[in-house]
Amino acid sequence: MNRIRKAGRQGSFERGNREFTKSKRFHHFLVSRVRDFLLIFSCVPAFLINSSSASDVVIGSKKFTESYVLGEIAKRTLIDAGIPAEHRQGMGGTIILWEALKGGQIDAYPEYTGTIAAEILKTNSRPSLDQIRDQLEKLGVGMTAPLGFNNTYALVMRRSEAQRLGIHTISDLRRHRELKIGLTHEFLEREDGWRPLRQRYELPQQNVAGIDHALGYSALANGSIGVKDAYSTDAKIEENDLVVLEDDLQFFPKYEAVFLFRSSTRTDAIAALRRLEGTLDEARMVRLNAEADRTKNYARAADLYFKVGAASAPRFSGHSGPSDFGDSFPRKLARWSLRHLELAGFSLLLSIIVGIPFGIVASRGGMLGHVILGLAGVVQTIPSLALLALLVPLPFFGISVRTAIAALFLYGLLPIVRSTATGLQDIPRSLRESAVALGLSPIARLVKIYLPIASRSILSGIKTSAVINIGTATLAALIGAGGLGEPIISGLDLNDHVTILEGAIPAAVLALLVQWCFDLLDRVLIPKGLRV
Amino acid sequence: MLIGPSGCGKSTLLRLIIGLIEPDSGSIEFDGRAVTPDNINALRRRIGYVIQEGGLFPHLTARTNVLLMARHIGKPEQEMHDRLVELSDLTRLSENLLPRYPLELSGGQRQRVSLMRALMLSPELLLLDEPLGALDPLVRASLQRDLKDIFMRLGQTVVFVTHDLAEAIYFADEIVLMNEGRIVQKGTITELRERPADPFVSEFINAQRGIASL
Repeated sequence: MNRIRKAGRQGSFERGNREFTKSKRFHHFLVSRVRDFLLIFSCVPAFLINSSSASDVVIGSKKFTESYVLGEIAKRTLIDAGIPAEHRQGMGGTIILWEALKGGQIDAYPEYTGTIAAEILKTNSRPSLDQIRDQLEKLGVGMTAPLGFNNTYALVMRRSEAQRLGIHTISDLRRHRELKIGLTHEFLEREDGWRPLRQRYELPQQNVAGIDHALGYSALANGSIGVKDAYSTDAKIEENDLVVLEDDLQFFPKYEAVFLFRSSTRTDAIAALRRLEGTLDEARMVRLNAEADRTKNYARAADLYFKVGAASAPRFSGHSGPSDFGDSFPRKLARWSLRHLELAGFSLLLSIIVGIPFGIVASRGGMLGHVILGLAGVVQTIPSLALLALLVPLPFFGISVRTAIAALFLYGLLPIVRSTATGLQDIPRSLRESAVALGLSPIARLVKIYLPIASRSILSGIKTSAVINIGTATLAALIGAGGLGEPIISGLDLNDHVTILEGAIPAAVLALLVQWCFDLLDRVLIPKGLRV
Repeated sequence: MLIGPSGCGKSTLLRLIIGLIEPDSGSIEFDGRAVTPDNINALRRRIGYVIQEGGLFPHLTARTNVLLMARHIGKPEQEMHDRLVELSDLTRLSENLLPRYPLELSGGQRQRVSLMRALMLSPELLLLDEPLGALDPLVRASLQRDLKDIFMRLGQTVVFVTHDLAEAIYFADEIVLMNEGRIVQKGTITELRERPADPFVSEFINAQRGIASL
């Protein structure tokens, strides 16, 4: 049962200089701030140690089958050329991959010329390959020659339906305003997507909805939509007996597949990627996509590329690292869960370290207290997905584990701040005054008297925060940070329920376990006198 | 002995002395020196304070409650231990009860622990704010006897707040009667009864004598 797997930290212990400095800086930042606390909690998150032993040339891919397969082909090509490589699968859409490339989180990823022109260079004209290459060069990014196939956007319908209505071209849609159209969110918003397409063809349809790409095929099959967008090499077209409507006004630009790479990437890696140029025609890509869709095993689909063997393609040598796609489910589950706990645990630790002092300040009321509780509350109202999206463009964050941790940390803050503040405020006046009247210094009062008495409330806040974090951490997979969200998001993407459950059930179990552990912890940490 | 009806300002006066609240006007002097925020914590260690509910910290055992301040200022273990034995003898609290948490003690036992805590650092002044107010009559009576005995043995200044005239007479020769934030009269019970400073004094004494003469 090989399902999707996004490369996490595995295998290779070498690392390029650039990566090393970057991770060292991150290390330094975290370590210097939390060293003392780590000693107390004695749980140095494993990824801090592992982050410097990740792989070298990092290939990214977008969240759809073909991009996965191309990423996998690139990875294997590099490995066969003796260059350690890692593939971070399905990191997101165009902007996320482009930012990751520019930010150095990845070194290369498969892209399409039409997308480069419209989304990256933001031009309305249709530049030639050379013009695109020149402009990218100014941005520090190189581009291979086309790989050999044109994966343009297309509108598709069920074959039977199209025949019944006599629709062959996009222009024919004008006669059927009642048709429901379901489009991916990206296509709806693209500069070269739905809006200009509708203008060009003067399409009358009002009933247009955004729908996930994979779910859209189900919707098309059961008739809840009549038309959807697709890629011309999409394996689903044959599988579901769909027809591509002819682009009779030549609206869609060419989307020739290429690899984009950072100009600073090691030259032998660039040379290896160049060997892929012109080796993949449309028929072949459709076959690889179909294999990938059928088996959900991208490595195997990539195998096909090497086995059939284009003359210029390197031979597949049969190995690609120890922990590759052949991972058994228990091992994958262990890796996901571990990463999940790392994300949730470390962010929780930060929330505690920051939240309790803020809670103490907030418990004194006044302007400052209101501001703290107010701010923490506002953060909580931002949808977690939006919070991630807001953090990604910031310089320090980007597509990384630290972004996920920062978001989770902010999320976990409010319950802790609030429970600390109320726990302290609920201490009876007689006890406060007794502590004062004894002559204890303010610090001693807080540490020896107030905090222990408020411990039950504070711990309940931490527990709430932990359970929220376990749930929210599934979203971390959206920005490639891994965890149990990986199978959930891949499953959503591929409309594969089993894969979704592989992540969803363990995440729920984990939340229950954490809850249970905290109940145990209550008995240890809450002073006995408060439990009598 | 401070006495007066509820809300007359007895507790407020005590809280002013120990610095829990600051005077709106005027000043507090202790041992000839003005009480300021700078010296208040040092002064508090020379004053013992017991309130109605005891004010024991629920997360600490009776023993740690009593030793809290002594530990905080770093008294030698042996000295603390000796004092603890002395105090449990004085307050007639069995040493077996010291490892218990406040919630595991009866109301009377809690007040004895509270008194031990107040006396731990051998204060020069003892402030008791209705220390027996929350106890049932039998426990109250036995604690009253013990307290009177303790006061005799200590032979030091005690400010005892109560609203119960019988209790005031039992403990003290001099009674200070307060009403609406002011001291109305100071003197023995005979003086108060025979030469009341104003009609309120008679009213207060007569109201309680009714019960006492039953």
